[in-house]
Amino acid sequence: MSERVNVKKKQSAPIAEAKAQAALPALGLKGMLRWAWTQLTSMRTALFLLLLLAVAAVPGSLFPQRPANPANVTQYITDHPDYGKLLDNLQLYDVYSSVWFSAIYLLLFISLIGCVVPRAIAHYKAMRSQPPRTPQRLSRLPEYGTLVIPSGAGIPASDAINNAAGILRKRGYRVEVRDADGALPSLGAERGFLKEVGNLVFHTSLIGVLVSVAAGGLFGYSGQRILVEGDTFVNTLVGYDQFSPGTNFQSSQLQPYSLQLDKFNITFDRESKGKFGQPIDFAATVTTKENPDAPPKQELLKVNDPVSLGGTSIYLTGNGYAPVVTIRDGTGNIAMQGPVVAKLQGQNYYSSVVIKVPDAKPDQLGFVGFFLPTAFVNDKNVSFSADPELFNPQLTLNSYYGNLGLDTGAPQNVFELDVKNLTPLNARNLAAGGITLAPGSTYTLPDGKGSISFDGVKRYIGVDIHHNPGQVSALVFALLAVAGLILSLYVNRRRVWVRTGTADDGRTMVEYGLLARGEDHRLAGEAATLRKLFSTEWQLPEDSAAEDSATSQQTPSRTSDNVAGSVDNAAGSLTTPAGPTGPEKDQ
Amino acid sequence: MPFGINETMGQYSELFMLLAAGTYTVAFIAFAWDLAKSSKALRAVDLKAAQAGTAAKVPVAAGVAAGSAGARLDGPADRAERPSSSAARVGGAGTGGVRTADGDMKYAAERRVPARVAVALTTLAAVIHGAGVVTRALGAGRVPWGNMYEFLTTGAFLVAAVFLLSLIRRDLRFLGTFVVGLVIIMMVAASVAFWTPVGHLVPALQSYWLVIHVSIAVLSSALFTLTFAMSALQLVQSHRQKTVAAGGADKLGFMRLVPSALSLENLSYRINAIAFIGWTFTLMFGAIWAEKAWGRFWGWDTKEVWTFVIWVVYAGYLHARATRGWTGTRAAWLSIVGYLCVIFNFTIVNTLFNGLHSYSGL
Ligand code: HEM
Repeated sequence: MSERVNVKKKQSAPIAEAKAQAALPALGLKGMLRWAWTQLTSMRTALFLLLLLAVAAVPGSLFPQRPANPANVTQYITDHPDYGKLLDNLQLYDVYSSVWFSAIYLLLFISLIGCVVPRAIAHYKAMRSQPPRTPQRLSRLPEYGTLVIPSGAGIPASDAINNAAGILRKRGYRVEVRDADGALPSLGAERGFLKEVGNLVFHTSLIGVLVSVAAGGLFGYSGQRILVEGDTFVNTLVGYDQFSPGTNFQSSQLQPYSLQLDKFNITFDRESKGKFGQPIDFAATVTTKENPDAPPKQELLKVNDPVSLGGTSIYLTGNGYAPVVTIRDGTGNIAMQGPVVAKLQGQNYYSSVVIKVPDAKPDQLGFVGFFLPTAFVNDKNVSFSADPELFNPQLTLNSYYGNLGLDTGAPQNVFELDVKNLTPLNARNLAAGGITLAPGSTYTLPDGKGSISFDGVKRYIGVDIHHNPGQVSALVFALLAVAGLILSLYVNRRRVWVRTGTADDGRTMVEYGLLARGEDHRLAGEAATLRKLFSTEWQLPEDSAAEDSATSQQTPSRTSDNVAGSVDNAAGSLTTPAGPTGPEKDQ
Repeated sequence: MPFGINETMGQYSELFMLLAAGTYTVAFIAFAWDLAKSSKALRAVDLKAAQAGTAAKVPVAAGVAAGSAGARLDGPADRAERPSSSAARVGGAGTGGVRTADGDMKYAAERRVPARVAVALTTLAAVIHGAGVVTRALGAGRVPWGNMYEFLTTGAFLVAAVFLLSLIRRDLRFLGTFVVGLVIIMMVAASVAFWTPVGHLVPALQSYWLVIHVSIAVLSSALFTLTFAMSALQLVQSHRQKTVAAGGADKLGFMRLVPSALSLENLSYRINAIAFIGWTFTLMFGAIWAEKAWGRFWGWDTKEVWTFVIWVVYAGYLHARATRGWTGTRAAWLSIVGYLCVIFNFTIVNTLFNGLHSYSGL
């Protein structure tokens, strides 16, 4: 990009011309118009698409989203029979992968590329071309001033322009001196090319972020696993409870590392009143092996502190209790023994328990109930858990026998038992009553169906395992984007022109003007600094032309010619620097 | 492991908060008094000038009108031109014959006693408030932004602090009633609706990213608060300038204390630019933290969605400032919409929406 489309139409012709020439040495009027038109439309389009993107992102926070929680979506559709289905057709449960959302951001990025490429080319050219020609009337520039070097100082116009060039070069301007030995030598200077570079880097990096995210979706994978204390996870497909591969995933990507959960500790808040009993620290001690033959290594896995292994990161995302039970069947054999993962249901680790015993003979057995770490009964005779720690652990179960339906091969949810085809053995409303077990106790099932012992309690953790190859590059691009953004917002692109001349009485007259490109609230400050530097260089008193400060307040759009003119006169006899003979040579 | 909890400190903190809120309330009254009084005084001056003026056939506020009264009538409403420093200065003065405060927002020579009292009171309140925040941190043994109560009290402190700091360089006292009023609302909301005793952080929040991510988020929000106030005033001022320029009566006399619409736009742009960078960092650090905590840096969680929406709206604002026909009033509206999203994100999303971020301490 070079000059913005901000040349006011109503501007008086010479300024508009000066600006246009200043900005676009290479293009004609027609080219400029076409260019301006493209710029105009694309900028508006970008703005429109940006706002559209903001609006389009909102529904994703209003309706449950499938990728986050598919069960919530199903529930929502059931709860809203009138319009639940319709919303689904509109992809409002998959907002961020929906056709319309994708269309908006893809259009935005196409527009972005269409915007960045020509701007990059234009800027490359601008950086290699000379500063723009000196405008005829510097007094029309937003910052303008004059200085007068007394005739005795021995600084002719050509020296003055070279001095000014030196000063500007030191301040980081690129300077071109024109017509140094002529009657009206001048210079054009420009600085702040990094502003545009920053802007281009920013926008390009946004594309980089998008591509990185897409790459992560293609080549990444993620999965979940529940580990009871003592369990070991091996990074193979069967090791996962749940696995979601990226589009281009290959199982050979999995490095067969292992991770064993040795111990899981929770610290509960015993200090504060409001949050008494809330967990304040989770710490899992794990033993890891990079591959089956590697030496074991003990590590600590915590929330906010994942373990990195074999190109994946392992996160602690859940935990709970796993009561350990032994179940004997009607024949007296142990049909099942071990921890049962209890699913969190309510306060203080109030959890549900489902036990399926397909190996029990002669009848398969099933248990459904609750586990409470600190069991209490309230005055309405309802059990609840009074504390998250194991002060009074209790298993309350109903039991069933019959065909569990596991042999059909259809996948079943381990946390649910369908009791439709089962015969109840134990329940509150039956003669046998429900089963209530404390650790160490055993209950014998009615009708000789077997027994169940509650041996103890272990803890379990849920871990998420993620591999996202796009992550690092997304971060790099994001950092680049910020760097570019800061450059683009805080570097000021400025142009300075200086013209000198000799008055009839031998004094050297200097006039200068500054023009900002883009937002620049420090332009006046820069003008003041330059003025000071010039004054010091030529040993002029600070206020040699104090009345100029009035001029520096005018804007290019202000057409009060008389004001500018009067200062020109006041400044001395360098009356019309833009006179017919003068700067024409520059052009 | 977190540090221990000190309930006594927590109680001191609440006392400080209460005292601060009371002092803010007095400061608020002083600011309001300043607006009323200065507006009256200015009107009297204008009246006199008008009487003298009609005799000498000089327009009201003659010094201001020089050469620029007409030129700027279209005002910032449809300016495609991007102002530089000098444009701002002229904009401040030349507002079509409407009297406004200095466009530079530099302190003028005349003293405004109520305003000075108000600033002094606000400073006092902020010091007490700061003590409240610090004792809260000591009481909880951690940074004081782990739940809604703390976001609000610490956030309100930052709003006040940012406002007072900017007063050092600019005369933004015209924003006083708004800013102090908002601080009071935040503190009242904190203690009425979100009160939480000192406590430990849930494990999900125990991370140095809480310090980085949330502090930048709150700071950016404080800046957005200032620009919201300015953009709102800009809309009113621009309406007023247009009305007066069209020969209408100046019904909003107190707006004389407020700089011209263009000056407001320029300053709020500069603050918004800083705040936008801050918000970009908020977004990025949030993503890095999400990666640490949940294993993915972006998952369109409700809070993430709204953080993104806010970011895009303000990006739109920055674009608008560079788009012909979108500067001025429209950009101001975008700035306001952006701030409404910030508020929404903080209130509704934190309390009513379910998501991974739902640990606001309710
Ligand atoms: C992914 C979407 C986009 C985002 C998030 C975005 C964001 C931004 C931001 C934050 C700025 C302010 C930085 C600055 O002022 O230099 C900016 C400036 C700019 N953007 Fe974009 N942009 C996007 C797309 C586009 C597109 C498609 C175009 C092309 C038409 C575009 C053209 C510009 C221009 C010309 C500026 C410079 C304005 C100025 O100097 O203030 N942007 N953009």
